[in-house]
Amino acid sequence: MSFHTTLRLKVYLSKDLCVKRSATDELNANLLVIYFNFRYKLVSIKELIMEQKTLLNIPTLLKGKKRKAKDYWFLYTLPALVIYIWFMAFPLFNSMRLSLYTGSGFVPTHFVGIKNYIDLFTNPIYRDRLIGALIHTCILFAICMGVQNTLGLMFANILSGSLKGRSIFRTVIFLPVTLSVLVTGFLWRLILNPNWGALNQVLSMLGLTQFSSYPWLGEPKVAMIIVGLVTAWQWVGIPTMIFLAGFQGISEDLFEAASIDGASRRQVFWKIKAPLLMPVIGLVSILTFVGNFNAFDIVFGLENANGAPDYSTDIMGTFFYRIGIAGQHPIGEPNMGVGASIATVIFFILLTGVTFWMISQNRNNKKSE
Amino acid sequence: MKERKIIISHYIILSIWALIALFPVWTMLVNSFKKQMDIFRNPFAFPAPLNFDGYLYVFRESNFLLYCWNTILITGISIVCVLFIGSLAAYALANWKGLPSKLIYLLFLAGIMIPIRLGTINIFQIIRSLNMMGSVYGLIPVYIAWGLPMAVFILTTFIQDLPGELMESASIDGASKFRSYWSIVLPLVRPALGTVAIFNLINIWNDIWFPLIFNLKEDQRTLLLGVTYFFGTYQTDWTKVLVILTLATLPILALYVIMSKQFIKGLTAGAVKG
Repeated sequence: MSFHTTLRLKVYLSKDLCVKRSATDELNANLLVIYFNFRYKLVSIKELIMEQKTLLNIPTLLKGKKRKAKDYWFLYTLPALVIYIWFMAFPLFNSMRLSLYTGSGFVPTHFVGIKNYIDLFTNPIYRDRLIGALIHTCILFAICMGVQNTLGLMFANILSGSLKGRSIFRTVIFLPVTLSVLVTGFLWRLILNPNWGALNQVLSMLGLTQFSSYPWLGEPKVAMIIVGLVTAWQWVGIPTMIFLAGFQGISEDLFEAASIDGASRRQVFWKIKAPLLMPVIGLVSILTFVGNFNAFDIVFGLENANGAPDYSTDIMGTFFYRIGIAGQHPIGEPNMGVGASIATVIFFILLTGVTFWMISQNRNNKKSE
Repeated sequence: MKERKIIISHYIILSIWALIALFPVWTMLVNSFKKQMDIFRNPFAFPAPLNFDGYLYVFRESNFLLYCWNTILITGISIVCVLFIGSLAAYALANWKGLPSKLIYLLFLAGIMIPIRLGTINIFQIIRSLNMMGSVYGLIPVYIAWGLPMAVFILTTFIQDLPGELMESASIDGASKFRSYWSIVLPLVRPALGTVAIFNLINIWNDIWFPLIFNLKEDQRTLLLGVTYFFGTYQTDWTKVLVILTLATLPILALYVIMSKQFIKGLTAGAVKG
């Protein structure tokens, strides 16, 4: 009955971790310890009874000892592996395989090689939409980078200071992130309604009467920009928080040294903060990129799955949905083979982006070493 | 004095954005209590008198409560499964030293950057072959698979950072591996479990892609799919539309207001994922 054992038992008791001793000869010693502790009022009667119960639970003890010899780690990962592979990893690769097949109905069965891709890139029914979707997704990305991430950087820069009421502003800026993208789309659709929407009423109140019944979502030239701005409105909280974490990671000493040297706020931002923030900017960019090429809900909510008006808001997500699942006008029947090939194209675009990001990140790391 | 001007300008910038961020949510909430004409006449004013017609209609005449229950059910089941299965795997991957462990970990990591939607065509066929097309339960395995990569990543990093002596001393003392997972590891990783739960809650509650694709039967719809159909039908009846949008948003919004810190942490961690 060493002091060490007493201590350990006490630790276990206080943490309420039901841990048992292994050797039966030690068991007696431990029972002694607990009685000893009780006598000197180190433990209460309740704890005494509990510990006694745990210590005397011999079958569990033996079982645990036997099991220790072998490692069953693989079994622990098995449920996760099965579901993950069955419903995510395998379908991803199987979709790529299906892009080489064609056939009506739900399962394309007829092997056609790369014909779906040739169709996708040369047949005007698909080609024009594909080019349109690519361009619109790039516009979306440009707006998100230019508006959402720039605003995020600005808000983070402000919030990293010692402003009163910071946490309230943080909560408000982040609030739209928790909304469903679809609800956001529907809401803005009502707000942007040309005749009854709140936005045009506000603009009229401000004296901008030329917009009093402007169809923001019905004008092919501006509709995509509106989609981008609404996306930026919703997601600005994410880059704000990521940049904020980035700012907080920069050592205070640097700012102090700079202010002693008489640097202005602007100088501190551009000469100290911005260069140190480069990896974070890279991270935010790649997240935006992946998000935009995966987007669908916002166009579906604001416009519809056809990317109205006149396909001017058709992005990769809606294009994929229309061809592969819903069926495109005028045929109205999904072509799963071509749909799978669109998914594969998106996959390789994302892969290129992520690879590019990883390479530039590695280069940055090497530079800083 | 210059310093003061800068601070004031900061407040102005943040306040303007706060107005822009809250304005749609505010108009949604306020106008859901108004009659159609009052919405058009003055969309910003507080409703006077309060008009509950929209709410009564939605609760009485629509399947709102059923859809709400469907969503709560599948969200709950999926999250519990992601947490349990994911933490089991993370517990193993954090302790198991060896090549297979590293490979399995990498396999999960790969799933973080690749959106599950790209596999939709085949997922559709798998769900069909399981005879779960049109049923809300078909969503559960997909949502679990969707949530697992992030759960495994966050939980594995978290468990690796736990003091190793805790698990060691437990196993010396004869506790089985599962026992030390259940009574030592799980209570200690509670904060990480919270992060994973919040991230999945938002993802699943707000998902429209899979409910659309699985072509859910009328009584099997999720809340958001119900909202989609409702919006299509009553597009011109703004009170009803705003009521259903408010009701679909309110549960999450209320949770966010109560625990905004955890939500911000969880959703940012979920977005970054490494």
